[in-house]
Amino acid sequence: MIRDWLASLIAAFARGLTGATVQWVNCRPAVGQRIYFANHTSHLDFVVLWSVLPPDLRRLVRPVAAKDYWSSGLRKELAVNVFHAVLIERRAHSATVKAAGQHEPVQHPAGHALLAQQSVIERTSTERAPVEHSLIEHAMDDLLNALGEKNSLIIFPEGTRGNGEVIAPFKSGIYHLWRHRPDVEFVPVYLANLNRVLPKGEFLPVPIISRVIFGPPLQLEQHESKESFIHKAHQAVCTLGEL
Amino acid sequence: MIAKLDHQMLWIFAALLVLLLISSVIGFILSRTARSEGGKATIKNLNARIIAWWKMSGIFALTLLMGPHGSILLFALISFLALREYMTLIRTSRADHNTLFWSFFVITPLQYWLLYISWYGLFVALVPVYVFLFIPARLVLEGDTTGFLDRAARIHWGLMICVYCISYAPALLILDIPGHRQDPKLLLFLVIVVQLSDVFQYVWGKLLGKRKIAPHVSPNKTWEGFVGGILCATAVGGGLWWMTPFSRGQALAMSLLLTLLGFAGGLVMSAIKRDRSVKDFGNTIEGHGGILDRMDSVCFSAPIFFHLTRYFFT
Repeated sequence: MIRDWLASLIAAFARGLTGATVQWVNCRPAVGQRIYFANHTSHLDFVVLWSVLPPDLRRLVRPVAAKDYWSSGLRKELAVNVFHAVLIERRAHSATVKAAGQHEPVQHPAGHALLAQQSVIERTSTERAPVEHSLIEHAMDDLLNALGEKNSLIIFPEGTRGNGEVIAPFKSGIYHLWRHRPDVEFVPVYLANLNRVLPKGEFLPVPIISRVIFGPPLQLEQHESKESFIHKAHQAVCTLGEL
Repeated sequence: MIAKLDHQMLWIFAALLVLLLISSVIGFILSRTARSEGGKATIKNLNARIIAWWKMSGIFALTLLMGPHGSILLFALISFLALREYMTLIRTSRADHNTLFWSFFVITPLQYWLLYISWYGLFVALVPVYVFLFIPARLVLEGDTTGFLDRAARIHWGLMICVYCISYAPALLILDIPGHRQDPKLLLFLVIVVQLSDVFQYVWGKLLGKRKIAPHVSPNKTWEGFVGGILCATAVGGGLWWMTPFSRGQALAMSLLLTLLGFAGGLVMSAIKRDRSVKDFGNTIEGHGGILDRMDSVCFSAPIFFHLTRYFFT
């Protein structure tokens, strides 16, 4: 009860701060299982995307977030109890980078640890470390479990936050998610101006008005190739961005 | 801090109520008679505007009755929302982020806090002097020189229009005019004349508008709307002299000046919108667009009205 109340409060605050306006383009809010995939420019992305959904949907939509960023103190309370976030491990090598004292690359939250990782593995399949591989499979299992029979997910297939000008190429994790669950609708979402509200590397938000645009679910062939799937998905988000 | 509701205020509120009722009835009748597609769209927008006028009048009247603090709070909120629409519309750069934070969360509240404590000297100097120097100084700390002057100027211009100029409206309440101390009627006079001028320009423009007055800047503004609107609003303003410290002639002259300034404000803000290829600053107020679309005429008229009144009547 208190959680629902807190969830509504946070959603209202996020909408108020970012003045988010919502557009549903050839798409409607629906309870069916979906993967919402969006461009990624800010820590606020999933909070705002989640907060503009109708309250009864919010309970079923789980953002995918990075375990190391969201697993301490208040953040953890919010992530786990309010947003029901799926926390997954980042790629092994960011831990190394972090240990080496470089902070910036590990800033990206969102579970694209996994999604980023997939492509790392594919590109460097000859040198794939066994430990990384098991981490990915573990993360994919976590996502599939989180999806379950009735939930939806929010993911950011770019793998890291961009500067808001270009949408980086998608990692292939989203494709593997589809291979496992072709029954789920893949809904493209474009988030506008959130990079201006809270850009990468900033702590204090500025109340610039943002927009959340939901597009029609991807139309996919039964045997869509990986390249074609990724292309369609990327194109769908870019198209919404031009509206 | 409840303002005393004298009989003059009661008359004005009653008149506004009647005006809104009549507009609503006319809007309802028109919605039954409109035939063409274009006509229907216009009437639908007209009715959305009328409903929004009910809400805006209600909020404004309520805060006026709460005394100066209510109005200061209302206009602080309006400034904040207007600034937000402005900053969203213009191009800002990544290196502007912290300066924008200062603009929204320090400078805007500070300007209205100065009104709250009636510190006139700093109120008039804060944005044009201190903030004018602060903004480039804060920006330069970021080390990004790309478009430096443009960026500093855009941010400062937004603060001048959305915060400084708008804050002059509630500043009327701290003027020390003999017989009119903390008199909400002066603020009411300003808002009525300026907004009625917009309304009359719209109505005359829709009824008779043919010759465009500034086709490249604001295609909907016509000479017929301009003349009809200015004359009607000036006449109403002159007729409201009894609620102000002005004589009949002075009220008439003030009203004419207010309507002309308001018109200039509307044109200037339109030019910014055209340059950024948008129709409105936002969609906060149904039928009207954004807050800044409704406040553009107040931005230009409030500061001059304040200073003329202060110079001649205190």
